[in-house]
Amino acid sequence: MTTETVQNSASTNGSELLLRADNVSKTFVAGTFRKHYTHALDTVTFSVPESPPTITAIAGESGSGKTTLARTVLGLVEPTSGKVIYRGNNVAEMSRAQHAEFRREVQVVFQDPFESYNPFYKVDHVLRTPIRRYNLASSKSEADGIVEEALRTVGLRPEETLGRHPHQLSGGQRQRVMVARAVMLKPKIIVADEPVSMVDASLRATILETLRAMNQDLGISILYITHDLTTAFQIAENIIVLYKGRVAEAGSVESVINDPTHPYTQLLVSSIPQPDPETQWGREQETRDEDEIPLTGCNFYDRCPLRMDECTNADPPLYHTAQNRITRCYRYADSPVHLAPDLRSVFAETNPN
Amino acid sequence: MTTETTVRTPLIVKDLKVYYHTRRGPVKAVDGVSFELNRGERLGLVGESGSGKSTIALALMMAHKEPARIEGGSIILNGSNLLDDNDEQVRLRRLSEIAMVPQGALNSLNPVMRIRDQVIDGLKDHNVSMSVGEFNGRVAELLTSVGLHPDVASRFPHELSGGMKQRVSIAIAISMNPSVIVADEPTSALDVVVQKQVVQTLRDVQERIGAAAIMIGHDMGLMAQFASRIGIMYGGKIIEIGPVANIFQNPRHPYTRLLISSLPDTRSKRRLQGIPGLPPSLLRPPPGCVFHTRCPDAMDICTQDIPITRELDPNRFAACHLYGDQDGKEVVL
Ligand SMILES: Nc1ncnc2c1ncn2[C@@H]1O[C@H](COP(=O)(O)OP(=O)(O)OP(=O)(O)O)[C@@H](O)[C@H]1O
Ligand SMILES: Nc1ncnc2c1ncn2[C@@H]1O[C@H](COP(=O)(O)OP(=O)(O)OP(=O)(O)O)[C@@H](O)[C@H]1O
Ligand code: SF4
Ligand code: SF4
Ligand SMILES: [Mg+2]
Ligand SMILES: [Mg+2]
Repeated sequence: MTTETVQNSASTNGSELLLRADNVSKTFVAGTFRKHYTHALDTVTFSVPESPPTITAIAGESGSGKTTLARTVLGLVEPTSGKVIYRGNNVAEMSRAQHAEFRREVQVVFQDPFESYNPFYKVDHVLRTPIRRYNLASSKSEADGIVEEALRTVGLRPEETLGRHPHQLSGGQRQRVMVARAVMLKPKIIVADEPVSMVDASLRATILETLRAMNQDLGISILYITHDLTTAFQIAENIIVLYKGRVAEAGSVESVINDPTHPYTQLLVSSIPQPDPETQWGREQETRDEDEIPLTGCNFYDRCPLRMDECTNADPPLYHTAQNRITRCYRYADSPVHLAPDLRSVFAETNPN
Repeated sequence: MTTETTVRTPLIVKDLKVYYHTRRGPVKAVDGVSFELNRGERLGLVGESGSGKSTIALALMMAHKEPARIEGGSIILNGSNLLDDNDEQVRLRRLSEIAMVPQGALNSLNPVMRIRDQVIDGLKDHNVSMSVGEFNGRVAELLTSVGLHPDVASRFPHELSGGMKQRVSIAIAISMNPSVIVADEPTSALDVVVQKQVVQTLRDVQERIGAAAIMIGHDMGLMAQFASRIGIMYGGKIIEIGPVANIFQNPRHPYTRLLISSLPDTRSKRRLQGIPGLPPSLLRPPPGCVFHTRCPDAMDICTQDIPITRELDPNRFAACHLYGDQDGKEVVL
């Protein structure tokens, strides 16, 4: 067992770190004869402090590496390089006891509620097992109470949800069972991968408000992974925008979403469909030159409407464009290069509300 | 089949009831739903999670499985009731008259079959006979029409991104020029950029072939961009339906009003406010209006009488006791 001590100096505000992803990369290799490499995650470093509790959004298009980041942080994917450290211990090298504690304190809501639980088990099993495993209740009736309260919190009727198999629930109901499970265990941190993508607007508000209340009242930190920038804006303080496994832009949600600097973030923000039939989507077609993918330089070059010749020279560094902002784009080459690897150093510390 | 092109209203759903028979009794997932769809129209079906939207989609495709049973009503597709057809007739009408774009996560593409063969299989199942060259030409044409390169035909599903797979699903759905396309959360697993492309593709092909479309989803922004009409479901019923601009600007049913006011935006951070209370039981639905247990406007009558659906404005229907006789003529849809 190796224990790594994380110095206080590694954290930006002097407090201990709860979780730290340190230069994490993950490359998937596919194909037996002709190998195909996917750099799902490329040298990402960020941390979550022990306190104050934070909500950090991780956004980016499909395939940008969000789920890979989540799975790496959870120790379910072994990074190709770099490491994940939870309360000073490398997740890959934890003792059994440490790992048991880690599994209790770090809860997850998986993206795909269709895959995330065994179809043979009833909902009851999904919720009661962790109560038993972690001794959360001293009697059957206490356990029932915990389960029922968690279900109601996410808008499910216990009497019509318990006793059912997952295929007997609607998509949004399944997703909510997984949120209920994470919430019930009152962990230190919840990694929520698209937790509300399949529920209606009203429930989405209820569930996100529940997560926010847990963050503020119980001190639970949340990594909110999503492609929905509107909900990210509402619930998170800070946001990391990934593009092809790399951090394209990061900073406080208000500034990133209301004033995106990276051309990719600009594309994302302009694609948000407005719930107003009068504001029609632009019909402009995205320019994408498959032939223009350079071997070196910016990984967004082939899609970038603002690309310049020098963009193919080398991979752009992260530029510190404003107090709580960094952007990986040569258009900001006049700004200082951001050297501290940990993204937390640019994050705003303020809590919403 | 000959009437297909001439039918102005390819889909008429009347008083459809679909129940799941469980040990504890019937779950009334769809409980008296009626609507019509004209050629070229795009209906967005939104509403509470668990209110019966996917069940309607499955029933329209006659793809509902035990313990779900259609308890009553009719589904008139191109002038004839699907519920009167035998299995073989239903099989032939699927894809050729009504086709489904499945949800991204539940992708129905066969993982071990090239895209070309999956498209051609659908056609062959419907007794389309062509030469190999003609089949390949049709596949290329379909892929191009959804914005994909014809080369995609020779690929396997795992070689495509989520957005590309969803376009393939659209290509298959339109391969026989159906008069109705049903899409159940076709983009909920996709990012905003791809989502926009897929929804625009769906809209373009739907307009081109003159089909009617139903899109189920939770993203009100997407709905505002896609639909010409919006239907709102709650507790197994459509409680309000009308033209999209009308619904967003002037929601009449209290549930619709609360749903729209719960939408987040990126202008200012605020407390997110969902509708308090739990969704209604579908095993034992409350008496009177299904929404009365959570409705801020509930009156005595709401706990006793089921509100009938009234036409409040032209093409604008709602089922709520707030709108009595003086406000609209009574119609029972
Ligand atoms: N087990 C795996 N084997 C091979 N490639 C993988 C594997 N898991 C992920 N990838 C690839 O890694 C990249 C990142 O995938 P990831 O699932 O992390 O993206 P994501 O941002 O979560 O996307 P989405 O929004 O669609 O969920 C993709 O190109 C994906 O195809
Ligand atoms: N096999 C089943 N047995 C019993 N009840 C079921 C079964 N399948 C679905 N239901 C119930 O039927 C109701 C309608 O489900 P449906 O999937 O149509 O909802 P939905 O409106 O599509 O919801 P969502 O927006 O969450 O996808 C739900 O309350 C669900 O729990
Ligand atoms: S570095 Fe160049 S290509 Fe890359 S995002 Fe900036 S302008 Fe576009
Ligand atoms: S009928 Fe009554 S309870 Fe139902 S929505 Fe209207 S006012 Fe509310
Ligand atoms: Mg993912
Ligand atoms: Mg559904």
